[in-house]
Amino acid sequence: MNINMTLIGQTLAFAIFVWFCIKYVWPPISTALHERQKKIADGLDAASRASRDLELAQEQAAETLRESKEQAAAILEQANKRSSQIVEEAREQARAEGERLVTSARAEIDQEIQRAKDELRAQVSHLAVTGAERVLEASVDEKAHRKLLDKLAAEL
Amino acid sequence: MAAGSENTAAYYIQHHLQNLTYGYHPENGWSLAHSAEEAREMGFWALHLDTMGWSIAMGALFIWLFRKAGRLATTGVPGGLQNAVEMVVEFIENLLRSTFHGKNPIIAPLALTLFVWILFMNTLKIIPVDYFPQLFSRLGVEYMKIVPTTDPNATLGMALGVFILIIYYSIKVKGAGGFAKELSLTPFNHWALIPFNLVLEIIGLLVKPLGLGLRLFGNMFAGEVIFILIALLPFWAIWLLDVPWAIFHILVVTLQAFIFTVLSIVYLSAAHEHH
Repeated sequence: MNINMTLIGQTLAFAIFVWFCIKYVWPPISTALHERQKKIADGLDAASRASRDLELAQEQAAETLRESKEQAAAILEQANKRSSQIVEEAREQARAEGERLVTSARAEIDQEIQRAKDELRAQVSHLAVTGAERVLEASVDEKAHRKLLDKLAAEL
Repeated sequence: MAAGSENTAAYYIQHHLQNLTYGYHPENGWSLAHSAEEAREMGFWALHLDTMGWSIAMGALFIWLFRKAGRLATTGVPGGLQNAVEMVVEFIENLLRSTFHGKNPIIAPLALTLFVWILFMNTLKIIPVDYFPQLFSRLGVEYMKIVPTTDPNATLGMALGVFILIIYYSIKVKGAGGFAKELSLTPFNHWALIPFNLVLEIIGLLVKPLGLGLRLFGNMFAGEVIFILIALLPFWAIWLLDVPWAIFHILVVTLQAFIFTVLSIVYLSAAHEHH
């Protein structure tokens, strides 16, 4: 247990080991450690960013869904309105058409009546003339008495 | 090894506490010391071959392990060795963050070297006290004390290294004048008290490495003596005391390495501080 040169020897060994550690041991380990630290930090950062993005996307999706639902509801309402309108229009049209048909039928009937009346009148006048001829037994000039006969027919 | 008598017990203890010394003996010239007497007569010009050999072996083991881990270090998922090494490195980094306030890239590797090296040297103590002395005596080597930290030369040698760095950084950071001022004008800032301050501060400065080295030496040496005393018991009783003492020493071994490292960092941190 004497103090001797071992003291100096140990100091030298100490210096050499420390130097070696500074030069060759510490840097690679420290670098690897810090790089891994950075990598992990980046990874965590990316993960939190991704989750934020996901949240945003979910929000957006929900927004879009809500909008499209609203749109669909609006379209449905519009379609309902339109269909009732079309029904209403069709009903209106049908009624107008019916009325028109009735009117035209009535007019036709009136016309028919008028024509029948005219025909009847002509026949009556002809019959009257024939009757008168028979009665008179004489030939009455039809051309000479046309004017008279027409007048008679108009009076019927 | 049971003791036959008081004499052999004393011899056994002394034998186990004697380093393998090579040096210049006044009578025998450059030679190995064959007794504690001869080793003492060699004076300063002698070398403890076992201390140097084992400490360098442990240092080399540290460098080899950590260099290997460093070479294989990836930024991906680390393997077993890399994990262990990185744990120690991170431990040292955290320690520095909390105790070292200057900026110096040298301090972290220095602390790592101190911690792991001392830890390895201390751990040699867990090896049963007779294994290596017996083995080497078969090989014809008389003395073999394998735990370098039970040799004050080793602990004081490392403390001397730290002390040199303390002086170096004190002068580098504060300047020679600043350092001299710190020594002479604290704690009492008055010109008349300069000699008093100087004595106080220089003693304080010298106590740092001395305390550092002697604390480690004292703890390790005391533990070693107890181990040797336990080894003197009858062979069937040894484990009763040896096992608890060895388990307790797992704590002491780590704690002493830690204390040496932390105090070195604290002293160096103080050397970097301006006032």
